[in-house]
Amino acid sequence: MQNVALVIVLAPLIGAIIAGLFKVNRTVAHSVTIGAVGISFFLSLYLFYQIIIAGHASFNETVYTWLVAGNVRLEIGFMIDSLTVLMMLVVTFVSWMVHFYTIGYMQDDPGYQRFFSYISLFTFSMLMLVMSNNFVQLFFGWEAVGLVSYLLIGFWFTRESAIYANLKAFLVNRVGDFGFVLGIAAVLMAFNTLSYTEVFELAKTGQYQQTISIVSGSEWSFITVICILLFIGAMGKSAQFPLHVWLPDSMEGPTPISALIHAATMVTAGIFMVARMSPLFELSTTALSFVMVIGGITALFMGILGLVQNDIKRVIAYSTLSQLGYMTVALGVSAYSVGIFHLMTHAFFKALLFLGAGSVIIAMHHEQDMRKMGGLKKYLPITYWTAVIGSIALCGFPFFSGFFSKDAIIEAAHHAYEAERAGAWFAYYAVLLGVFITALYTFRMLFLTFHGKERMDEHTREHLHESPWVVTGPLIALAIPSIFIGMFTLEPLVFGHYFEGAIFVDEAHQAFHPEHYHGVLNFIGHGLMQLPFWLALAGVGTAWFLYIKRPDIPGMIATRFALIHKILLDKYGFDRFNDWFFAGGARRIGSGLWQAGDVTLIDGLVNGSAKIVDWFSSVIRNVQTGFLYHYAFSMIIGLVVLLGWFVYIR
Amino acid sequence: MTIADLNLALVMPEIFLLTMASLILVIDAFLPKHLQHLSYQLTQGTLIGTALLIVATSPTGRVLGMDGLFVNDQMAAALKFFIVLIGFFAFIYSRDYLRDRNFLKGEYFVLGLFAILGMMIMISAQNLLMIYLGLELMSLSLYAMIAMHRDSQQASEAAMKYFFLGALASGMLLYGMSMLYGVTGTLDLAGLSQAITEVPKEKNMFLVFGLVFIVIGVAFKLGAVPFHMWIPDVYQGSPTAVTLFIASAPKIAAFAMLIRLLVDGMHNLHTDWQDMLILLSLLSMATGNIIAIAQKNIKRMLAYSTIAHVGYLLLGIIAGTTKGYAASMFYVLVYSLMTLASFGMIILLSRTGLEAENINDFKGLNDRNPWYAFLMLILMLSMAGVPPMVGFWAKWSVLIELVHVGMVWLAVVAVLFAIIGAFYYLRVVWVMYFEKAEDMTVIEAGMDMRLALSANVLLILVLGLMPQTLVALCLRAFGI
Repeated sequence: MQNVALVIVLAPLIGAIIAGLFKVNRTVAHSVTIGAVGISFFLSLYLFYQIIIAGHASFNETVYTWLVAGNVRLEIGFMIDSLTVLMMLVVTFVSWMVHFYTIGYMQDDPGYQRFFSYISLFTFSMLMLVMSNNFVQLFFGWEAVGLVSYLLIGFWFTRESAIYANLKAFLVNRVGDFGFVLGIAAVLMAFNTLSYTEVFELAKTGQYQQTISIVSGSEWSFITVICILLFIGAMGKSAQFPLHVWLPDSMEGPTPISALIHAATMVTAGIFMVARMSPLFELSTTALSFVMVIGGITALFMGILGLVQNDIKRVIAYSTLSQLGYMTVALGVSAYSVGIFHLMTHAFFKALLFLGAGSVIIAMHHEQDMRKMGGLKKYLPITYWTAVIGSIALCGFPFFSGFFSKDAIIEAAHHAYEAERAGAWFAYYAVLLGVFITALYTFRMLFLTFHGKERMDEHTREHLHESPWVVTGPLIALAIPSIFIGMFTLEPLVFGHYFEGAIFVDEAHQAFHPEHYHGVLNFIGHGLMQLPFWLALAGVGTAWFLYIKRPDIPGMIATRFALIHKILLDKYGFDRFNDWFFAGGARRIGSGLWQAGDVTLIDGLVNGSAKIVDWFSSVIRNVQTGFLYHYAFSMIIGLVVLLGWFVYIR
Repeated sequence: MTIADLNLALVMPEIFLLTMASLILVIDAFLPKHLQHLSYQLTQGTLIGTALLIVATSPTGRVLGMDGLFVNDQMAAALKFFIVLIGFFAFIYSRDYLRDRNFLKGEYFVLGLFAILGMMIMISAQNLLMIYLGLELMSLSLYAMIAMHRDSQQASEAAMKYFFLGALASGMLLYGMSMLYGVTGTLDLAGLSQAITEVPKEKNMFLVFGLVFIVIGVAFKLGAVPFHMWIPDVYQGSPTAVTLFIASAPKIAAFAMLIRLLVDGMHNLHTDWQDMLILLSLLSMATGNIIAIAQKNIKRMLAYSTIAHVGYLLLGIIAGTTKGYAASMFYVLVYSLMTLASFGMIILLSRTGLEAENINDFKGLNDRNPWYAFLMLILMLSMAGVPPMVGFWAKWSVLIELVHVGMVWLAVVAVLFAIIGAFYYLRVVWVMYFEKAEDMTVIEAGMDMRLALSANVLLILVLGLMPQTLVALCLRAFGI
């Protein structure tokens, strides 16, 4: 199994190296990388079969020891259990689809090979992250996906806005990663090891330093400090409030990337990480409350922002933020398995929506403004119907995958609310209200794009046609799991024992019990009578009324509630504040230090002393006259000095 | 005395080298013109054979031969091996250069072999006279090598200067030896070491006088200030192929001479020679690093850089511990490899009608040939002592030994001068990477030269990343 794991990880890396470092042509670049990721996908399927169906024990071994310093071991190792194989399947499958799609999307781009190299490198990094069995490798994967994300957001590096966006993503992630690395350091401090299994074992038996004194005089629960620090890392990577600001801007990258990295996989790394660390988080209700409140804020308020966006990709980006908030709430209420369940369904339907948006963008000649679209349904039938599937799944209509995962999250939040866990009431109402918002912005997007008047110019209209099969193929391939994956996996993932041994939940926090499950139909029937379903319907109805029936009303609302509209357009002012306070402040401090410290003090000192040395050098070189007798004379002087030293001084 | 006392097996590398050198001398005289390259190949073959013999005769402890005149120990074997290795590379680098300038003659290689023989004798000498004989054999060969380019005024001038000053230094060394003999009545180093402890107080002055003269003789060969004046002129004036040889291998031999004389022979006078070496070291680091900044000629710059390096090399010996000596040995080996490759780069860029000896000739090297620019970059960073290059480890190891014996002030001063020194090395990097090339001629060189030079620099790079093997070798040489 070790060799299989190694091949899964290394195949995309080799693909990336071949496509990136050797001057190969386009066909070779995409064949190699698609082949490599394909291998990873099928081998992941094989591992899935081995562990889940054939019932082999999960695999946990060290492959290579990089460094041993004292009792700290830095190792590369794999831990492959039910959680890991699920993530591996999602990552490799979506990545594989995106690889195919890219052939069509990047057709005319001069950076074709570079792009394939990056996405394969990303697949490698993400696999390293999820397959890790220790914190160091986790951190490596964590940083590596961040790096590739940075490179890909700025893929079109001649665009000012792309450079701004990738720098922003990088800097915001620095904040999160700072917390994350402190968290890892804290783990090392508390448990004296960095291996998952050892840490979890010690955590379970309570053999660790219980409290830590950060500010002198107050003792804090060490495990809470660790969990919150680790979660700060997840907030950066998974774009949780208030570190969410980079994700909307990351849409500057090519659309396949938005689908792969900024919707389906990388941004869910934080969710995965918290689920993996469930044995730690379960020990700290404070940290869990923190997690659910942050998730609730993100789920509700980022969804609202999606209502006022006009860029089709940005709407989906805000939707991603909101859905990540849902997953975070699930983690916060201890329903880790539900979080991962939603992560999986979301990966499929959100990748589908992004790729669908990409298909629209191709057809519209890289126009992303929905105000210039409309009535595209008849030109792009496949794109339209797959987008409808994605939208319905996102809103959570019965039978579609999103329904099961979202309902389960709301159910779990409700359970926590009834158990009166701190902050749960807020999280519950946030996700409940979020359902309405989700339906509203999703169908607003669908209606504005595909229905209503055709608002594009003549030239664009004439050239409208369905995208090639490399684009529509992945759409269809993603549409199928978007519909069905939920109903088939609901039982094992949420109610069953799928995650046993991989995820740990305190008995008191358990929201779902197998004995409460009476089949998929029963679950749906139960869902139909609940509030979320009717809220979703209301959202769709509102969207229909506002954007099909009476398209004049949205403008009136905007003028009537001008202040609120402005705040929403301003994204609650976070960007403005960050630009002024953090970016601007750092630059002011920097330029102050530069002027006072560097230019005046250091340069003065350095240049001054350099000038003195230079002058001295030009004077003293004159000693070297070139005359033999001078040289001999200097030797004699040396002799006299040395002799004199001994005769007179000593 | 029986033949067994001679322990001839121990001296096999030297005997083999001597025989072959004499043979090549004779063969070369009779070779027809189109077969002249044979003497080059024979020379390289001789060096390979010698190296193999050195490895084969390498002892585990300390073995005496030639009735006590000759000693073979781990240090000797290691140093000799490196000298032969450096000679091998130096001859590869010189061949094209000499051919382009029309004086590719067998004498050059024969003289080179004799110089190497001289160095090997210096390394293994266990007697004052043996040291002197080895030294003279080496020096005389080197004088002749410089003067071989007899139409060149510069080369003749350099040879004359080197010869006169060398004679003066040899005289002083010999004078010092005679004083020691006068006081102790022995020429044998081990005997000397013993006799020094028994010298009565009132005769101590003679000992110290002898010591001063001997230190001067060695300092001259190393090129420590104020006995350094010959170095810039000789480095610049000699044909680059010869400079490369003079600048690298003889320093290893001079180091061995220093160890044999001061450590093996006069360890009891440690406090006396320590002060002298501190003075020489400080002056060398200061003068070398500061004057190098003003140089425009890269050979001259490297000459001053050599002077500075000698200052650092002495630091380990000043520390006076076996670990310190090992650190100095590490330093001198690393220094020789770096210098060899640096002059190799100059040869590489030179061609008929152009001596690439100005720093400006390296302008825009990155545009002309990125690989060579990269090699030179590694060399300059290593010389400057930037981590993780091996030059850094060399400086680090001597400085840490100084700190261990409590001479922190000296270590701090050394670091300060190293910072000043970084300037002129980095200037070369600057012109290579950030200035436009004036001359875009394609750099041509034989495959052997290119491979050897790349291997030489990569060896430096690898040693920087994994210095343990060489460090262990140096430590073993001093029985640690």
